[in-house]
Amino acid sequence: MEKYLTGLLGWVDERFPLTANWKAHLSEYYAPKNFNFWYYFGSLAMLVLVLQIVTGIFLTMHYKPDAELAFASVEYIMRDVSWGWLIRYMHSTGSSMFFVVVYLHMLRGMLYGSYRNPRELLWLFGVGIFLCLMGEAFFGYLLPWGQMSYWGAQVIINLFTSIPFIGPDISLWVRGDYTVSDATLNRFFAFHVAALPLVLLGLVAAHIIALHEVGSNNPDGVEIKKLKDPKTHIPLDGIPFHPYYTVKDIVGVAVFLIVFSAILFFAPEMGGYFLEANNFIPADSLKTPPHIAPVWYFTPYYSILRAVPPILNSQFPGVAAMGLSVMVFALLPWLDRSPVKSIRYRGNQYKVWLALFVISFLVLGYLGTEPTNVWGQFSGSWAEHLDIKERATWAARLFTLVYFLFFVLMPWYSKIDKTKPVPERVTG
Amino acid sequence: MKKLILMLSLLVPLAVLANEGAALEHAPINPNNQASLQRGAKVFVNYCLNCHSAAYMRYNRLADIGLTEAQIKANLLFAAEKVGEPMTVAMNKKDAKDWFGVPPPDLSVEARARGADWLYTYLRGFYRDDTRPTGWNNTVFDKVGMPHILWQLQGQQILKVEEKLDAHGEKAEMHTLVLDKPGLLSPAEYDGVVADLVNYLVFMGEPAKNQRLHLGLVVLLFLGLFYVIAFYLKKEFWKDVH
Amino acid sequence: MANQQVNQGKRRFLIAATTAVGGAAAVAVAVPFVISMMPSERAKAAGAPVEQDISKIEPGSMITVEWRGKPVWIVSLTPEMASLLAKHNDKLSDPMLDVVTQQPDYCKNTTRSIRPNLVVMVGICTHLGCSPSPKLQAGSDMGADWPGGFYCPCHGSKFDLTGRVFKGSPAPINLEVPRYKYLSDTLLLIGQDDKGVA
Repeated sequence: MEKYLTGLLGWVDERFPLTANWKAHLSEYYAPKNFNFWYYFGSLAMLVLVLQIVTGIFLTMHYKPDAELAFASVEYIMRDVSWGWLIRYMHSTGSSMFFVVVYLHMLRGMLYGSYRNPRELLWLFGVGIFLCLMGEAFFGYLLPWGQMSYWGAQVIINLFTSIPFIGPDISLWVRGDYTVSDATLNRFFAFHVAALPLVLLGLVAAHIIALHEVGSNNPDGVEIKKLKDPKTHIPLDGIPFHPYYTVKDIVGVAVFLIVFSAILFFAPEMGGYFLEANNFIPADSLKTPPHIAPVWYFTPYYSILRAVPPILNSQFPGVAAMGLSVMVFALLPWLDRSPVKSIRYRGNQYKVWLALFVISFLVLGYLGTEPTNVWGQFSGSWAEHLDIKERATWAARLFTLVYFLFFVLMPWYSKIDKTKPVPERVTG
Repeated sequence: MKKLILMLSLLVPLAVLANEGAALEHAPINPNNQASLQRGAKVFVNYCLNCHSAAYMRYNRLADIGLTEAQIKANLLFAAEKVGEPMTVAMNKKDAKDWFGVPPPDLSVEARARGADWLYTYLRGFYRDDTRPTGWNNTVFDKVGMPHILWQLQGQQILKVEEKLDAHGEKAEMHTLVLDKPGLLSPAEYDGVVADLVNYLVFMGEPAKNQRLHLGLVVLLFLGLFYVIAFYLKKEFWKDVH
Repeated sequence: MANQQVNQGKRRFLIAATTAVGGAAAVAVAVPFVISMMPSERAKAAGAPVEQDISKIEPGSMITVEWRGKPVWIVSLTPEMASLLAKHNDKLSDPMLDVVTQQPDYCKNTTRSIRPNLVVMVGICTHLGCSPSPKLQAGSDMGADWPGGFYCPCHGSKFDLTGRVFKGSPAPINLEVPRYKYLSDTLLLIGQDDKGVA
């Protein structure tokens, strides 16, 4: 039997670089041996992508992208399709977990300087993936055609109207109608099911190819390719990805699936953050819910949008700030002027600023889930004078400033930071 | 890293400051009480289904709360012919709009949209209000278009408005519901009927819930086993590295 | 690097255990997805058994009822029609009903039915799926030898009054008799018998 398999493999290898790729990307791809907790999230992101695609395909077998039928078709899946409820919850839980995993994956990059030379392009592909993921989530969220789906889409598309000169035309073009309607639903379905998944798969492939071209970073920020064994040319601190990281990532997958299943089976609505209560009401174009908020993973950006006041009667500055808050990630490789990569060898400046950034992200995220009066009002004439009394708005403004300062001041503080000497070999 | 986690954990209490709506009473429902669910189903079919549809709920799904096909056909199948049909309603949308101002919403997933506590408080919060076209108003849903369908069971409540001094010594209005004319049931009995109905509405909102919870247990146990095996596999291979 | 001998036996066992448990998990996850493609409750409800009153069918005539999107013929046989049935067995492809998939076992008799005066069959030609035209009268435009039955206009298949296919027809097998039962003397239930729903 083994002889036949070996023969078959030989036949394939003469025509297709199967074994060559197996070696290059798995059994002889050398990764640093000191990967820690933060390094699980790349493979987990791939797992969630596969999960979303598979559950998505099975949902598309029953879902109807028609304004009259969409909401009912989701309940059809939940009740009439055998195991439909399971597939639906997998997809909704997976969508939130995708962002949890991706945010942690990005944070790893910021902790260890994984965006630094020679990994700038890797990072840029990642920013592209993040943007596509946000688009994918936005288009997908309209599909259940609930109140939150409808009004969330309405609000976000209306933001484009504020773009100077071309705004209203762009919104009309995106919607395909004068208001969010069946036309919008159908095209968002096409984007969500076909267009963006294809783009995502392409970008993920590019992301991994770029990674394998330069090799992975590690928690010490040490370039393992600098020190190789003179005979084998294998990096001294490198270990083959297979079997060591395949086996380690399986453990990561097990833990992830435990968390994922706990949520799916015991709290799929997650207190209204993963599946919002308002979305169990069919979309009504004539009745706006009292409190519209985007899904939790968009709330930091939503906060930034709300924090910026209208300037010269235009909402556009807020929209621009929101857009910039995502795009600014692309500049990181060039903003960071530190001689060291990893936070382990940086000084206090970077540590404090990164902590402030994370706190800002979380506080802005929380504020985005609530109406702007959640923390009450300031009393006092100075607040009257400035026309905005809400404490939450001022907090959002403060944290938006901190968020941007993390990036804007980085060329300065990363340079003056007192760094520690970086070791030659990884420390584990 | 540890400092980061410590700082982040300080933010948790802030979540508690989330906005609170009108005070809702806790719905005393037990989703495992099949007798309660069956009584609730009966109330739903007899009182609610005249105006409200539950178009995503098929009659034969009631088997999940312990009813046989024969029982469903005999006691609950008024508005449909076959037990596989969904709980639709005869009233058409235009008539409904004319009579009530807004068509009575479909109730299939109302429990998921509003929550059990809201429904429980709502169904016990009707009071007489002659300024309203139906003659009824509601403490939870102000100016609601729905009349108090269960009034014969509960009786008629009125809203007593009193001016009192609150904790800060300032004047505040206190609203209390008072049973003005008793109905066929005592307040405790009526609360029981409403609890049954809300229990049923919660079931109807997600009939697969029980199956979900049971399967979840099996899945987590299985994944726990898988984790242990995977962990030892990793440890064994990583002996090479350390 | 390694400061002890690699315990190959332990490694093989752990790899086997992980593969076995992981494989079981993969199969277990695949099952709901595969089952989700089976007919949903909506499809099952639409395909539910159909009740039909048969009291008004004149002997020698038929009615058509829809079941699972298919035409089902209910033919009332006159004693004359019934008597002709055994006489043309030599002209039929499967006169003794050897292809047992085409009728329930309680219909494996001369009239392919529960009661001899009423035949129930699915009006879809077993060749390529057209619905044959009724030619219940003996003779007439089908020729002197015609005992009464059905003629499929698409490719010329011929069936007798109980749905048995004539030799020379492109159709290979007899028309299907669905599972059915009598709820009373005047009420048929098509698509369900004492063993359950079809």
